Amino acid sequence: MSLTEKDKAAVKALWAKVSKAVDTVGGEALGRMLLVYPQTKTYFSHWPDLTPGSEPVMVHGKLILGGVTEAVSKIDNLRGGLLELSELHAFKLRVDPSNFKILAQSLMVVIATMFPKDFTPETHVAFDKFLAAVALGLSEKYR
Amino acid sequence: MVVWTDFERTAIQDIFSKIDYAVVGQAAFSRCLIVYPWTQRYFGGFGNLYNAAAITSNPRVASHGKVIMEALEKAVKDMNNIKATYAELSALHSEKLQVDPDNFMLLGHCLTIVVASQLSKAFTPEVHAAFQKFLAVVVSSLRKQYY
Repeated sequence: MSLTEKDKAAVKALWAKVSKAVDTVGGEALGRMLLVYPQTKTYFSHWPDLTPGSEPVMVHGKLILGGVTEAVSKIDNLRGGLLELSELHAFKLRVDPSNFKILAQSLMVVIATMFPKDFTPETHVAFDKFLAAVALGLSEKYR
Repeated sequence: MVVWTDFERTAIQDIFSKIDYAVVGQAAFSRCLIVYPWTQRYFGGFGNLYNAAAITSNPRVASHGKVIMEALEKAVKDMNNIKATYAELSALHSEKLQVDPDNFMLLGHCLTIVVASQLSKAFTPEVHAAFQKFLAVVVSSLRKQYY
């Protein structure tokens, strides 16, 4: 399910808008994920506050969104371009790769609430493919 | 037995009282056929599904979307007995329609996206969590008769 040129254009167009809300989108997605899929909280047991909108969630969410922005810039070579991030997730964080899909879904719901007119079915399928490719890139170094 | 908090019950009933079944049903079902095209395998008799524009304007897709929402409403009206409510539908999906049960959550995800688009800020993380729980119970009930 590789990205067509049309997919890449749709992702870049959507991200041009979404990345403007860099202070909120990532944090909202992360906060939602922790609430809607509580099993993901196991990766953040060292944080004092896991509720949506809390400081550690918003700060970390912004970091994650920066990672996705980086992935958009490397959309022509996600497997090679995300090697460092993959090493981080594989050797240090040891996040089970099934969770990438969960965060992806949470991010798409946030985008739907904030940019409903832009998140058309065609943009949705391109973005879903993109996030799946990012997940694959992040899993590259796992084994 | 599923335990619903008062907040969860109210949140689910509130969502279903606010949405237009024809609009949301058409939007969610057509989105599913577009975003996860392999789901089209179950709708060979629906006519033109060749591209997003065809799917979006297909009248059979629209009417079936409404059918799905009306079936979901049955669960909303009797949230303590969703498993029993869907026993027949589960048998239908497993024996007659032969739908891969992994597909149920694909439609669930598209429905979440459409409801989120409609409710916007009102689709708070807490409401989202309640809706996700509702969909998980619905999917689990539909899967019951498969084994």
